[in-house]
This record gives sequence, structure tokens and C-alpha cells, in this order.
Amino acid sequence: MSEVIVITSGKGGVGKTTTTANLGVGLAMRGKKVVLVDTDTGLRNLDLLLGLENRIMYDLIDVTEGRVHFKKALVRHKKYESLFLLPTSQVKDKSAVNPEQLVRLCNDLRQEFDYVLIDCPAGIEQGFQTAIAAADWALVVTMPEISAVRDADKIIGELGRADKENIKLVVNRIRPQMVEKGDMLDMDDINDILSIECIGQIPDDEKVVTSTNRGEPVISLDDSQAGQAYRNVVGRICGEDIPFMTFPKESFFQRLRHALGM
Amino acid sequence: MINLLMKIFGKSERSSREIARDRLKVVLIHDRANVSPEVMDHLRSDIIRVISNYMEINQRDMEITLANDEDSVALVANIPVSKMKHA
Repeated sequence: MSEVIVITSGKGGVGKTTTTANLGVGLAMRGKKVVLVDTDTGLRNLDLLLGLENRIMYDLIDVTEGRVHFKKALVRHKKYESLFLLPTSQVKDKSAVNPEQLVRLCNDLRQEFDYVLIDCPAGIEQGFQTAIAAADWALVVTMPEISAVRDADKIIGELGRADKENIKLVVNRIRPQMVEKGDMLDMDDINDILSIECIGQIPDDEKVVTSTNRGEPVISLDDSQAGQAYRNVVGRICGEDIPFMTFPKESFFQRLRHALGM
Repeated sequence: MINLLMKIFGKSERSSREIARDRLKVVLIHDRANVSPEVMDHLRSDIIRVISNYMEINQRDMEITLANDEDSVALVANIPVSKMKHA
């Protein structure tokens, strides 16, 4: 049984595309057949995060407008053979695809793949409506920051209006030391405010930046906390019951040093 | 000094996290209820009209807001009375 999942957030810059790339690689590492569909037309980036920017021939618009079969537009990942990307156009805009076209495409993709992950553009306009149309469930990505949580709440409302009731949450870029000091919203706050099931807490990790620079999603790095957190999300998507990571607490002496500005 | 000690022992007055949480809760009530500033303005003038039948109020200093109280939403009105009218 294949699943179509839309990764969305409302606010830009919270890590939708990074999350899509990591979950795609993670599912492929488990041997699943995965296709990532970039619907952020005009602002395409998923290719870059996967290191596939030089391999693109055809795009989503070529497929939805019937110029080529989707198989011709798919780009296979260099390292993970069961991972494919359907890139979007960098020259067209978000009105180039409508919801019906994407639903039809996803129905075709379901025949070939275990997971279809749709990377949604920021905002709540037409591009968002198109991206969510075909999804079985939605993954909302947010950050422990008031504007990101507010936009996540708005997106959850919009998903509900579109009859997408199955929604899960990933909180990205958590800084455990700030949470510990009471300077950042924690998971309980966000759960309390949004009241949807959380399936991931991703710590802010410099390795996300360095791995993105290389075009290799952080999930493949064994020694990265963010990578481990993403692997846990993948496990939960596959139905496993995995406890949440705990982050090391700041000790009395670390607090003393911080307070004294040392 | 007390502040410094409180920092060392991991306590402080009200953390920015708590402030963020409370501000978010209030703003989401507005967002979810879809109460536009226009609606709040209408509500305000209706309340003034009704109350003015019984007392004189200080309209400049009155405050009407939606706030959350535990897990429910409350309409909080702070309306200074300047004079009671004769019954």
C-alpha cells in the first residue's frame, strides 16, 4: 500500500525541503521505493539538497502538460537506487500545475512507489492547495518560534478545511540549551498549543549546514544528532514505536559559567 | 545579585519561553475565532451603547480583549465608570 505525504509549513525557511530530502533518503535507506515531488515551482531547491541539480532534463510541468511520461522526468539518486526526484520548473510559476493534475500524477506514481513525498511551497495560496490535493496525510514542519508556530496553526486550519484531517508534526531546529534555560518554547508548549501528534524533534545541528553544502542529506551521517532524529522520524512513519531523544541537560557548573558570562 | 543567584540556580522571573507561550495562546484565539479588528470595533461600540444606559464610562481608557483562561476563552472588558446615572 503506497502513501502520499505532503510536507508543508506555511512559513518559509523552517526546513520543509530539508525534511523532505532527509525523509526521502531515510526511507530509501530502508529499501523503500520513494519519489520526491517538488511543487515549489519557480523556487526549486530539492534538487540542490539531494545533489541532483546537474541531472535534470524534464520537469513536473512537462509531465502535467503531457509533453513527457513521468518516467522520463524522474531523476534517480546517485547513491540510493530506490530514490527518485521529480523536479519542478525553475521558470514557470505556481499556477502552472492545478490540483486535478497533481492528483492524477500521484495516482500514477502510487503504482510504482511505496512513498510519494510532496514538497509544498510556503504560503497558503494556490501552490499550497495544489500540493495538498493528492495527499493521504500531511506532515507539518515548524520551529520553536512564535511566528512559525502561528503559521503552523494556520496551515492546520487550512488542511482541515480541505478535509485533510490526518496531520502530524515535526519540530525542527530545537536548541536544547535554550529550552533548558527557559528561553525557547519546548515540545510540551507546542503540543499544547497545536494539539496534533508530534513525530519528530530535530535539534539544531551544524552538520545540517555542512551536509547541505555537500548535497548529502544529514540523515546518512551516523554521528549527527539531527541525522539520528530524522532516522527516528522515518522509523515512526514506518509504524515503529520509537521513544523521543533526550538532550543532555546543562549542569550546575555550566549554568554557573553562563551566568557569570564565562 | 539576586538575579545572578537566580540565574545560577536556574530560576528567573518570567522566562521568554513563558512569554512566547502566553502571547501565542492569545494570538491563536484571535486567529482561530477569525475575529477581525472590525468585529471587535463593533462589539466595543455596542457595549458602550448598552452600558451608557446605566452609567457614564470613560471610553478612552476602556479595554476589551479576548483572553484565554486555562482552557477556555474569555472576553475581558475593563471599563472605568466615571459616574452612575440616577435610576
